[in-house]
Amino acid sequence: MPQHPYHDVAITGIFNTEQARVLEGEDSMSIAFKGGLGALADAGLAIRDVDGVVGQFANDFVYQARLSPVWVTSSWSGIPAILQAATAIAAGMATKVLVLAGTAGVYVDRASTAPWTRPSSEFVAPFGMFTAAEFALVARRHMHRYGTKPDALATVASVIRNNGHVHPGAIYRGRGPFTPQDILDSRMVADPFHLLDCATASEGGCGLVLTRADLATDAPRNPVYVLGGNGDSGGTAYKNPPTWELGGNRRADWVNGTVGRRAAEDCFRTAGLGPTDVDVCEFYDPFSFEIIRQYEAFGFCADGEGGDFVTSGAIEPGGQYPVTTDGGVMSYSHAGASAQMLQRVIRGVEQLRGECASNQVAGAEVAMCSNGGSGALFTDVMLLGVDRP
Amino acid sequence: MSLLRPQTGKVPVPHPGTLTQPYWDGCSRGELLFQRCGDCGHATHTPAYLCSNCTSQNLTWERSAGTGAIYSWTTVWRPQMPSFEVPYVAIIVDMDEGWQILSNLVGCEHDAVEIGTRVAVEFHEMEGGFTLPYFRPV
Repeated sequence: MPQHPYHDVAITGIFNTEQARVLEGEDSMSIAFKGGLGALADAGLAIRDVDGVVGQFANDFVYQARLSPVWVTSSWSGIPAILQAATAIAAGMATKVLVLAGTAGVYVDRASTAPWTRPSSEFVAPFGMFTAAEFALVARRHMHRYGTKPDALATVASVIRNNGHVHPGAIYRGRGPFTPQDILDSRMVADPFHLLDCATASEGGCGLVLTRADLATDAPRNPVYVLGGNGDSGGTAYKNPPTWELGGNRRADWVNGTVGRRAAEDCFRTAGLGPTDVDVCEFYDPFSFEIIRQYEAFGFCADGEGGDFVTSGAIEPGGQYPVTTDGGVMSYSHAGASAQMLQRVIRGVEQLRGECASNQVAGAEVAMCSNGGSGALFTDVMLLGVDRP
Repeated sequence: MSLLRPQTGKVPVPHPGTLTQPYWDGCSRGELLFQRCGDCGHATHTPAYLCSNCTSQNLTWERSAGTGAIYSWTTVWRPQMPSFEVPYVAIIVDMDEGWQILSNLVGCEHDAVEIGTRVAVEFHEMEGGFTLPYFRPV
């Protein structure tokens, strides 16, 4: 049997800075650097141990610390950035890679939605579009096709917000608990999404360290391994109408409504696992409906049954497939374009290390993490495990 | 109840490029344009260099009849920017020529919208000197 593509890769460091609605005195670079330095400390490494850097501020970090010559990639956001780092290590381009991200001081016009939620395309911006409205247009189609009810969306939001309610580091810790009715009673933002169906907007930084596995033996924490990873893209987001049925040439059964399915199937194939092997689902939660969609797209339930699935108790703490256990971008933090994505993977690592301060899934060995969503025409997926593949 | 009408304040101004200028020129003339493939006959929007059906580069502009049916909708109550008056209804329209466009609904109450509602394009000149295609129930 051929060696697993990420056999030589270990995640040895993770860190989240303080997350807040506003972090006084920080800018995006300062908070990203704090995220990166924290991850290095967690991995037991010094800045100059690093020979690869990934992130929006990777080149600033390299130049300021005079790390040259090192490997840097222009793929800087979320799971694709982590997979680039893993691939670079597997291919021998680097041995110790820092992934860092952060956003602060960029959301100053609070009368508008956050700048990273407002697309600039001439075909959507004049019509008042922002991410909530884009994602609402896809959610509406699921409700139309399958009869999915607002109660199901509200159940997702209440579960995830309650996870944030008990998380000591969450921006909205202590704000709950929430019932589904509380979600439905919050003001409407973009029908069917109420305010509490939507991600918050906040500031914060984070980092991860990936190391060649044979160099990770003296890492302070138990390494976590990449069992699989892939991403599906349907093309340019926030320019073209976000439809459920948007198809493609590659696969007859592929539609944007199930974006991420190919990626998830590939992850499971690479890992030699299936959905029933997953202990915890650290899914990206920009809007409540996207969680319903992902359980369908990733094969945890059949198409159209996601509404019943999420109201069955399966996604709650103690359920078979607990979702977004830190409170996600609804309640934990939603800091800019990249940190919020990386944080789903960071939470997966925390779960597999068994070090979550809240909602620790006992004995978790496999975590599934995701980014993106149907309104954005892409979904990235990663499987993490405690056993070296 | 709230009668939907075109935005009257400042909305983001399109900055057309080589590919999209003919589309916006059409709007200024009161014509809704899309591209049709000269090889397979497929209709395409947003403006493209490749046919979404057969990948041919043989695309030419054609004037739409301007009619279609609502494919999806969302009523927006929290505006993208404060210059937008709420509520506004974002819609995707299935155009009768077989392409889709994202726009806003006008000319009806905000809670009168349904998937399948027949609509027709109408053009409105916006602050900033450009023309947007809105849709109204017919």
